[in-house]
Amino acid sequence: MYVSQFAVLAAVLFAMGVYGILVRRNGILVLMSVELILNSVNINLVAFGALRDSIAGEVFALFVITVAAAEVGVGLAIVLLIYRNRRSVDLSEMDLMKG
Amino acid sequence: MGWTTSAAAATQTTASVLAAETSEAAEEVLAASGWFLENAWLIPAFPALSFLLILFFGKRFPKRGSEIGILAVGASLVFALAAAIQWISEVNRADDKNAALDAVSTTWTWWQNGGINFTFGTLVDGLAVTLLVVVTIVSLLVHIYSTDYLADDRRYTHFFAFLSFFTASMLFFVLSENTLQMIVGWELVGVCSFVLIGHWWEEKPNSSAALKAMLTNRVGDIGLLVGVSVLFFAAGETFSVLELNERAISGNIEHLPLLVGACALTAAVLSKSGQFFLHTWLPDAMAGPTPVSALIHAATMVVAGVYLIARLYGVFFEGFAIAGSSVNLLAVIGGITTLVGASLAFVQRDIKRVLAYSTISQLGYMVLALGVGAWTAAVFHLFTHAFFKACLFLGSGSVSHAVHSFDMKSDMGGLRKYMPHTYRTFMIASLALAGLPPLAGFWSKDEILAGTGGWGLVGGTGGNGAYTVMLVMGLITAALTAAYMTRCVYLTFFGQYRGHGQPHESGPRIVVPLWILAVLAVGAGWLNLPPGFQLVPENWTERFGHFVEPNEALSYFPKIAHADPSWTLAILSAVVALAGIALAGRYYFGKVAAVSPSATELSDGMVARSSLAAAGHNLLVNKYYLDHLYSGVIAGGVKGPIARAAYKFNQDGIDKVVNEVGERAVQAGHFAYDVIDQKVVDGMVNSSGVAPQLAGEEIRRMQTGKVQTYAGIVFIAAALLALGFIVFL
Repeated sequence: MYVSQFAVLAAVLFAMGVYGILVRRNGILVLMSVELILNSVNINLVAFGALRDSIAGEVFALFVITVAAAEVGVGLAIVLLIYRNRRSVDLSEMDLMKG
Repeated sequence: MGWTTSAAAATQTTASVLAAETSEAAEEVLAASGWFLENAWLIPAFPALSFLLILFFGKRFPKRGSEIGILAVGASLVFALAAAIQWISEVNRADDKNAALDAVSTTWTWWQNGGINFTFGTLVDGLAVTLLVVVTIVSLLVHIYSTDYLADDRRYTHFFAFLSFFTASMLFFVLSENTLQMIVGWELVGVCSFVLIGHWWEEKPNSSAALKAMLTNRVGDIGLLVGVSVLFFAAGETFSVLELNERAISGNIEHLPLLVGACALTAAVLSKSGQFFLHTWLPDAMAGPTPVSALIHAATMVVAGVYLIARLYGVFFEGFAIAGSSVNLLAVIGGITTLVGASLAFVQRDIKRVLAYSTISQLGYMVLALGVGAWTAAVFHLFTHAFFKACLFLGSGSVSHAVHSFDMKSDMGGLRKYMPHTYRTFMIASLALAGLPPLAGFWSKDEILAGTGGWGLVGGTGGNGAYTVMLVMGLITAALTAAYMTRCVYLTFFGQYRGHGQPHESGPRIVVPLWILAVLAVGAGWLNLPPGFQLVPENWTERFGHFVEPNEALSYFPKIAHADPSWTLAILSAVVALAGIALAGRYYFGKVAAVSPSATELSDGMVARSSLAAAGHNLLVNKYYLDHLYSGVIAGGVKGPIARAAYKFNQDGIDKVVNEVGERAVQAGHFAYDVIDQKVVDGMVNSSGVAPQLAGEEIRRMQTGKVQTYAGIVFIAAALLALGFIVFL
């Protein structure tokens, strides 16, 4: 088993996540893309932890999963409220911060 | 007549008199104590408080504030009398112990600077107590009188406020413990007089008179400032009245600065006490309401100058070397003033102006007395004069109340039938002023004349020097005084009424004060009967002098010699006064009344017949041309050339420079505006604004509001950072 396989997998997942964040207009899908990025990080943490025969990577991965659960909870709540107010979760319409 | 003064006593030398008196001098100095003497500050405090009360709340009171003033001055009178009684009992206590009674000096430190203590406080002795009593009595009577006299005045409340303030100021001045405090009191009195003279300021002559009084007094005030400063440094940095006197008498002050200081203070006296040649404001000050004239310009304020001399007598006595000379500045000024005032009183039509000139003349008497060293006589004359002159002024006010005028020639005459009370009191006061025995004026005048030490016929010697010239001046004035008062009385009360309407006697609030003052005008003189006057027990004579004059053992009062009284001189002065009355009486009651009961002068009299007399009359009518001298020659002469020179300098000098400077300044301004301001400064400011503006315009576009754009930027930046890390680390 090579660590490079995990690294490639993580890089692919990361790239997919970034792509999803930058391109998707649906807020929920953007949130899901964020999850992809986080999970790619998890993969890296676990893989490099195993490589170095350390448990720290797995501990960090567990932390990230916990934080990600909380993050997605808050994120979904925001999206839900936006939907209630605007009847849409299209991010391209949300430009109140335009300078 | 029973005078014990023998011919032998009269021939005593000055030295032996001095020796005789030093043997009587007290052995020790006793400190006076007494609640009223130590708390004398309350006496001016009452009217000062009433001033504020009347000013702020007076109009809300049922009697529009006058009751507060009367109450306050009444309280002051009670306290002043209590202080006087306490002082007398203290003097008696000291007498029992053969001791001298020291003045009661209560001081507080006001502030300190450079080691000098600036204090304020009260100085109470016989002199101060006398003035306190005089001022409060006259002021109280004037207050009561004014409630009727000014009953319909539009500024009634205001008038009473300032009457109170004036009383407070004068009492403050009298109680001054140091010369700085004296300046304050002096100026306060001056301000009050300005306000009260100009009480009816709507009429131009009244406000001019007030200004004239103020400005003439300013001339003298400079003298006061200079005098106080000179004495302060000459006496080793002290303002204290007692210390100044002590150091002057003990010779600790060099003679030259002492003389300069005394001369400067004399200048102050000239203006405040209406002495020749700064007396011109006093007759004009009659523009004020009559009670004010009585209070300020007869009985109290104008004696401030006399009081100043009496208070700082050590300075004057040593400065002018009064002892052992026969002429000095004070005596000469007093002598001239008394003659000038008396002669000018002859040609006045206005009854108050007659009295004003009479006041000047009598003040001259007091200054003359102080100048010849007759200190007690001067203070005593101040005391008696206050009563009969206040009575005369209030009487003239009562007359004017009835006839609505002050002009004796056109609006008065024959008033004795209509105004019996005013007539009688006026007569009593006139006779007292003329100096007929046994009225008050006789005794004080006689003491002054004897005090000159210039008389040698049975007594009258043993004074501080042989001031024979002053004696002659005093005698002439005695005759003149009697004569002009005869004229005044005739024109006012005798002959036929020449005015309009039916005059009637004034109300009780005017008549009662008149009678009180008339009684005092009769009796005040008995307080100081000459020593050796055998008609009364010996311990009735010289009471006033005994209680008022500081004992010889006190270091703050100079060792003055006391001239012997002379019955020959007393008879002469009475005869002279009678002669004055007789001469004027023959003219008015004889010749003028014979022409017609309503006549006021003879059409073919001396003035019409003799050109010399006419010239003299003219001189008097024009008041010795002093007013012309001041306003025409001095003010005009100084004003004209100075104004022209100033105009020329202004036009050719200052204006040219100013114009040039102005033009250059405008040019410089244009340059600064066009080039520096507009181009350099504004350019910098504008360009510094332009750059951020342009940058802002560009950067603003990045703020799309789209989250994903931001995220993209973040990712790009993160990727670049990562690249940076990889490449450079």
